[in-house]
Amino acid sequence: MKHTTRKVVGLSLVSLTGLAAFVMVAMLALILLDVVRGGWSHVSWQFLSQAPTDGMMGGGIFPALFGTAALTLLMTLAVMPVGVLTAVYLHEYAPPSSLLARAVRVAVANLAGVPSIVFGLFGLGFFILFVGRGLDHALGYEQLHWAQPGILWAALTLAVLTLPVVIVSTEEALRAVPQEHRTASLALGATQSQTLARVVLPGALPGILTGAVLAISRGAGEVAPILFTGAAYFLPDLPTSLNSQFMHLGYHTYVLATQSPDVEATRPLLYATVLVLLLLTFALNLVAVLIRTRTRRKAAAGH
Amino acid sequence: MQEQDLAPPVALPMLSPAARRRQLKEKAIAALITAVAFTGIAALVLILVFVAKEALLLVTDAAAREEASFSKMFLPQLVRKGKPLAYVWQPVSGVPKVSMIPLFVGTLKTTAVSMLVAVPLGIFGALFAAEFAPRRLREVLKPTIELLAGIPSVVLGFFALMVMASFLQDTFGFTSRLNAVVAGLGLALAIVPVIFTVTEDALTAVPRSYREASLALGATPWETAWKVVLPAAAPGILAACVLGFGRAIGETMIVLMASGNAAIVSANLGDSVRSLSATIAAEMGEVVVGSPHYALLFFIGVELFLFTFLLNMLAGVWTKKVIQRLKGGAG
Repeated sequence: MKHTTRKVVGLSLVSLTGLAAFVMVAMLALILLDVVRGGWSHVSWQFLSQAPTDGMMGGGIFPALFGTAALTLLMTLAVMPVGVLTAVYLHEYAPPSSLLARAVRVAVANLAGVPSIVFGLFGLGFFILFVGRGLDHALGYEQLHWAQPGILWAALTLAVLTLPVVIVSTEEALRAVPQEHRTASLALGATQSQTLARVVLPGALPGILTGAVLAISRGAGEVAPILFTGAAYFLPDLPTSLNSQFMHLGYHTYVLATQSPDVEATRPLLYATVLVLLLLTFALNLVAVLIRTRTRRKAAAGH
Repeated sequence: MQEQDLAPPVALPMLSPAARRRQLKEKAIAALITAVAFTGIAALVLILVFVAKEALLLVTDAAAREEASFSKMFLPQLVRKGKPLAYVWQPVSGVPKVSMIPLFVGTLKTTAVSMLVAVPLGIFGALFAAEFAPRRLREVLKPTIELLAGIPSVVLGFFALMVMASFLQDTFGFTSRLNAVVAGLGLALAIVPVIFTVTEDALTAVPRSYREASLALGATPWETAWKVVLPAAAPGILAACVLGFGRAIGETMIVLMASGNAAIVSANLGDSVRSLSATIAAEMGEVVVGSPHYALLFFIGVELFLFTFLLNMLAGVWTKKVIQRLKGGAG
């Protein structure tokens, strides 16, 4: 009798946990199905290559696509050197049990938990009002030139936000480079920086690329930090300089979903925009996963 | 003194000029890399300093001090003559009303709903993945959750707004279509991957010897999972919940899109709510730079920063605890 109760309790616990796992997968499937069903028929070459028209009721999303791409490119250029070098310090240069290394780790972990909207406030307060104003004063601009929302400030704000992603994945990549490679290089008379540049970093390159792709996929989807640092509601012209505002897929989604003059008319446009945004982030995540599994397999087979 | 007489002073090795140059170069590179490593710390400090700097107006500026004093922010105020004292957030009316209580209530309501859904879902799901699922299934489950984590929050907000809101209204008959339940369920989608991943890590960190010992004593696999593995990983699971909580408090776009954005103080989860983060996002666009209202929005930012900072430190301590406990126990 006791045996049967034990069996029943066990079976119900296993099925309960299985149900929880199933619900999570089902939610993902539900979201994907809904977005694909609603947006598929509207995604076309014209949709991707035209600017919005009729006060967002028609046309396409080209400026938003271009803005998202330009923004994430600038962000990547800013975040990669800093993130990679920080990880190099933590893994290759910091003395064991170094206080600075511990402080950097704590700071990075906390940086990852700062709400994205606070990054937006930071971008406004630091980059636009402090650095931008300082630049305007120093360069003698009469009108606001740098002290206004623009693509550079939005990109730098996102770079600070994605810094933890790059640092953590680069450190993981450095850890995967076998210690013997460093020892062999040093034994041949190479200096530490030569070892770093010609042995360690090339060995860690796939992992570093994974980090870059993850940062891009994270940065491309964030809207809250760019709300007041550069995203524009409607801007058919492409950004031409570092201080111009830009359209953005995520912000465009937000605008279409909440401030549309005619919900029914814009619904297909909205769904198609979301579909493009989702495909973009999933494709980037997929690339990251592929690089990671390929290098893991290589590492397992090679060494 | 004596020693110096006995032994000749040790000569420094003479480096060739080229070697000395190389040594200098190495030192410069190491210094540069160390300097860059300060960026993370600098970023965290700069964020707090520059968000707090804009909020400082509430203390330094007389007009701001008058309009948004701490008593007006946190104590009930007389809103209209003859009416009872109340908490009202209406910073742009003729007489600005700046009580933060409705925003706190709104944030807590959406966060509570999301935690009620995401904590059991995340922990049970992780338990399934770590203990019960066959290897094949686990290898599908983990990337799927990663995919869920990769969905931009604006898309989750869109889904909550367009699909979940109507469905929930039809099912439960909410008076306001957008409310704390809709926003909370949207938030749950965002934090479930966090809770799942951290819990799963904590569970898989439990040494195999624990499981083998339990099974050898005659416990069934589910008894082992429930009474041995789960308690051993408890601090890590707590850390997962705290991280999820922090994420839910700070998340902006989902709440901005799906909560209805009405600053109402009530216990009813079916009412529209306005959260701290969504208030910043919604009002910063139209605010006059340097006004009391502007400083207030930055003050909310400081609150969010400090809140989540504390939660993160707490989660960090607990994660360390699980590692220590397992190391100590196994060794």
